[in-house]
Amino acid sequence: MSHLEKDSFGAKLGMWLFLFTEMLLFGGVFILYSVYLTRYPKEFGLGGHQLDLVYGATNTVVLLTSSLFAAMSVTAIKSGAKKLTLGLLSGTVGCAFIFLGIKYLEWSAKFHHGIYPNSPKLIAGPPGESIFFGLYYLTTGLHGIHVIVGAVLMTWTAVMVQKERLNANDNVTLENVTLYWHLVDLVWIFIFPLYYLIL
Amino acid sequence: MTEEHAEHILSYGKLTTVWVALLVLTAATIMVTRVELGVWKVWAALAIASVKSGLVIAFFMHMKYEPRLFRIILFVALFTLASFIGGTFFDVLYR
Repeated sequence: MSHLEKDSFGAKLGMWLFLFTEMLLFGGVFILYSVYLTRYPKEFGLGGHQLDLVYGATNTVVLLTSSLFAAMSVTAIKSGAKKLTLGLLSGTVGCAFIFLGIKYLEWSAKFHHGIYPNSPKLIAGPPGESIFFGLYYLTTGLHGIHVIVGAVLMTWTAVMVQKERLNANDNVTLENVTLYWHLVDLVWIFIFPLYYLIL
Repeated sequence: MTEEHAEHILSYGKLTTVWVALLVLTAATIMVTRVELGVWKVWAALAIASVKSGLVIAFFMHMKYEPRLFRIILFVALFTLASFIGGTFFDVLYR
């Protein structure tokens, strides 16, 4: 059997470079948000007040907790605690489901009130309002897709840990998946104040 | 290369401390924006969000313990994003 030396330095560097492109992607959406906020401050204010602070704050706590579990899973796998690693990864995936569940409730409440892209209510209203909700669905939707991708990757990683393909000596894949998960958390750290708090 | 950067494992206690700090900052940002501070609440909320990101990047994402090259490219990326935002606002505000 050939001896394969994994380059974990290179693997992590590559992951970070990818994460920077992700930061620029979400950065672009935040630039759009701030430009339209300066153009339609009143409509953005009215739109922001229709978002549910309790849902937003709960999801912030859920994501921060999932990030803690993810960070702890790296410590666990490096100390050779397989069961604990699996438990922590399940905790992270569990938090991802709670987050998506709350997001579902939040979106369906909005849909129920006739607020969704291209809805008759938004078309009839002032342009600033439909821009606000358009950006809201774009930003939280893009973020939600990242949550789903992160949860899938995390589940796949857990299977690898279960099969002991990832272990105390070789775990850079787990580290990279958790880095991706923390990025999802980082983005939400800015979405929460911008959409739910400052308006 | 790998020998030079001996594995640094963060303790569960340290990670939990960071998590508590993040929760406290979240509570702080909600309180600060419920008070009528005018435009200052935007800056206060963004400042707190930046501190929270710093904590996540430094500890949860392990940046504090990575080689210097990682921090250099992080600052290049943040500088690029800041230039985009600055350039956009120069246009939006003075057009």
